[in-house]
Amino acid sequence: MTALYLTLLLPLTATLILAVVGHRPLAGSLNILFALATFISAAFCALEVFHQGSMISPDQMFYLDAFNVYLVLVNTLVGFTTAIFSRPYMAHELAIGRVDAPRMRLYHAMYQGFLLTMLVALTTNNLGILWVAVEGATLATVLLVSLYRTPESIEAGWKYFILCGVGIAQALFGTVLIYFAAERALPGRDDALLWTVLKEHADALEPTVLILAFVFLLVGYGTKIGLVPLHNWLPDAHSEGPTPMSAILSGLLLNIALYAVVRYKMLIEPALGNHLPGYLMMGFGLLSFCVAGLLIHRQRDIKRLFSYSSIEHMGLMTFAFGIGGPLATFGGLLHMIVHSLTKSAIFVTVGHAAQLAGSQKIANIRGLIQTQPRIGWCFVIGTAAIAGFPPFGVFTSEFLLFTATMKSWPLLVIPLLIGLSIAFAGMFRQVAPMVFGEPPPGQKPVSANMLPVIFHLLLVLWLGIAIPDVLARWLDQATILVVGQGVL
Amino acid sequence: MAGLHLPLIEQLVLCLAALVLFTSFLLLAQGRIVSLIHTFAWQGGLLCAATCLMAINSGRYHLLISALLTLALKVFFIPWQLRRLVLRLDIRREVETIGNPSLIMLAGGALVLFSYYVVLPIRELSLLAARNTIAVSLAVILIGMLMIISRRKAVAQVIGFMSMENGLFFAAVVATYGMPMVVELGVAFDVLVAAILFGIFFFQLRAGIGSLDVDHLNRLHEKDQ
Repeated sequence: MTALYLTLLLPLTATLILAVVGHRPLAGSLNILFALATFISAAFCALEVFHQGSMISPDQMFYLDAFNVYLVLVNTLVGFTTAIFSRPYMAHELAIGRVDAPRMRLYHAMYQGFLLTMLVALTTNNLGILWVAVEGATLATVLLVSLYRTPESIEAGWKYFILCGVGIAQALFGTVLIYFAAERALPGRDDALLWTVLKEHADALEPTVLILAFVFLLVGYGTKIGLVPLHNWLPDAHSEGPTPMSAILSGLLLNIALYAVVRYKMLIEPALGNHLPGYLMMGFGLLSFCVAGLLIHRQRDIKRLFSYSSIEHMGLMTFAFGIGGPLATFGGLLHMIVHSLTKSAIFVTVGHAAQLAGSQKIANIRGLIQTQPRIGWCFVIGTAAIAGFPPFGVFTSEFLLFTATMKSWPLLVIPLLIGLSIAFAGMFRQVAPMVFGEPPPGQKPVSANMLPVIFHLLLVLWLGIAIPDVLARWLDQATILVVGQGVL
Repeated sequence: MAGLHLPLIEQLVLCLAALVLFTSFLLLAQGRIVSLIHTFAWQGGLLCAATCLMAINSGRYHLLISALLTLALKVFFIPWQLRRLVLRLDIRREVETIGNPSLIMLAGGALVLFSYYVVLPIRELSLLAARNTIAVSLAVILIGMLMIISRRKAVAQVIGFMSMENGLFFAAVVATYGMPMVVELGVAFDVLVAAILFGIFFFQLRAGIGSLDVDHLNRLHEKDQ
């Protein structure tokens, strides 16, 4: 438990310190150090859970099990590697005058604040606090989206704020309904919003209220996942902010919202005794997957392109958890990890590519391999990984998902395969000229630290070739928690 | 006519709920910015009164703290801050012409009906007074949403947003006598931060696109070249 408290206290301390000194030259390094310390203590948390099983803090405020602790670990890892990328990137932005000292302070403080809210959302045992933390994550990032103060970024920030605010309000209404049902079943208890208590008494909850609550929760948190048709804010917010922010928004925040939905499904589906929440998730997921694949073709901006790819992958994961068998769930959990790692690696590369070309427009980015081969090759490999090419982890998880779909819903494999190939075609059509095209005259290499990218891609490759036994057993434990039986 | 046999205090709560819904419709139709802010403050006041009555009626005195929070945040701080911003940005005299006001009011009415329809399965469970109040709170949330959709001025959208928040708070109070204290505090903190951020955004919007009219926000969309 000490490790958990440390995991939460470190980013909190960092937020407060960086709010004061975030504009100094050493702030970038401080950011990295704090992120590293958080990652190490999260690793201790994970070890503890792995050996002892689920844990609950003495005051019942925090709860750790195999399902959330692995997301905690992924979050802190990506938070750390993105911090490494963020130091030279933001120094460059400061040098060319896109941001000034007060905004650097805001950026560094909110970077850590954002990590904190995500960790609270993952580890809390109270479903109300879960909502507060997810909303807090929006509030922490909304000023970062408009950090550059261009008309486009202000528009993106405003849209993000209003649309996510409206969406997430529906989730709070759903939470109120859950509490209402719990109050009827467990009168006079003030701990009726705790996950552990609700799970224990799930059978006593009134089904009509639960299904209504789930609809509101899915719409609410679904806005945050970026499910079509509630996705409008996502490409704007992910493309207009500073690139390190895009990396953690796309890689991490979407996972948190999906985590919230899956938690509620774990609670509600057994209590209902039917598969209605699963059907809803499958429908939304499949729609998002197909629509995002089509929209990838129409993008002119490199970061928007990969934002739509995020929507596509989140749709696929929502679909997987909707199917709900052990194999699909295992695939979904694995996909959460590999997508986070790959997508953040791609955004880091894209950030360097955009600095190199001096523009985010796809038409202006050409000849990456000739100008700076490391960026070019990382970009090609990252794109191949996210498109689901064989040796990489995304292929493994998608293969598992398709196998599971083939077993329970054979006909749905057809739209999945079509969607996948459409997205694949859209991505490569756009990426090929950027990488292999003729570079514009006078294009010079930029200082870039590609180590985080290479590290992420190697991890994804490793997960594709051989999932380590420890991780497989761990994901299996999480699968057992979510659907009641494992695959191993 | 079971309503006539309700205890006086529950009748009062119902009456306040009706008034909260009425202020929602006022917000929907009001084009003048300053009056909009005042109406929003009144909605907060009614909410606060309803919460106090519920606290006394049920003997759950922690609700009084929630009522106090509402009073401080939604009756005083947020309206005061919005008013100050409106004065500083010098848009006090602006009147927004609302397109198709009668249609929007009808849509608001339809949302009320829809809310009653949605809570139909739940209300069988509950006490008589809660039947109506939950439906009303859902209607307030949905009307706030309608307001955000139908308005073009950033200030009006913010008021719609905050009025949704009012509906959520009302739902929590009438359905479950308020959320647990720690959640209540967390939500209040989020609302406070959101209110401050909105203020910052007004200045960014003014500086970036030269107006608080969100119709000017049209640069980001999928366009063919």
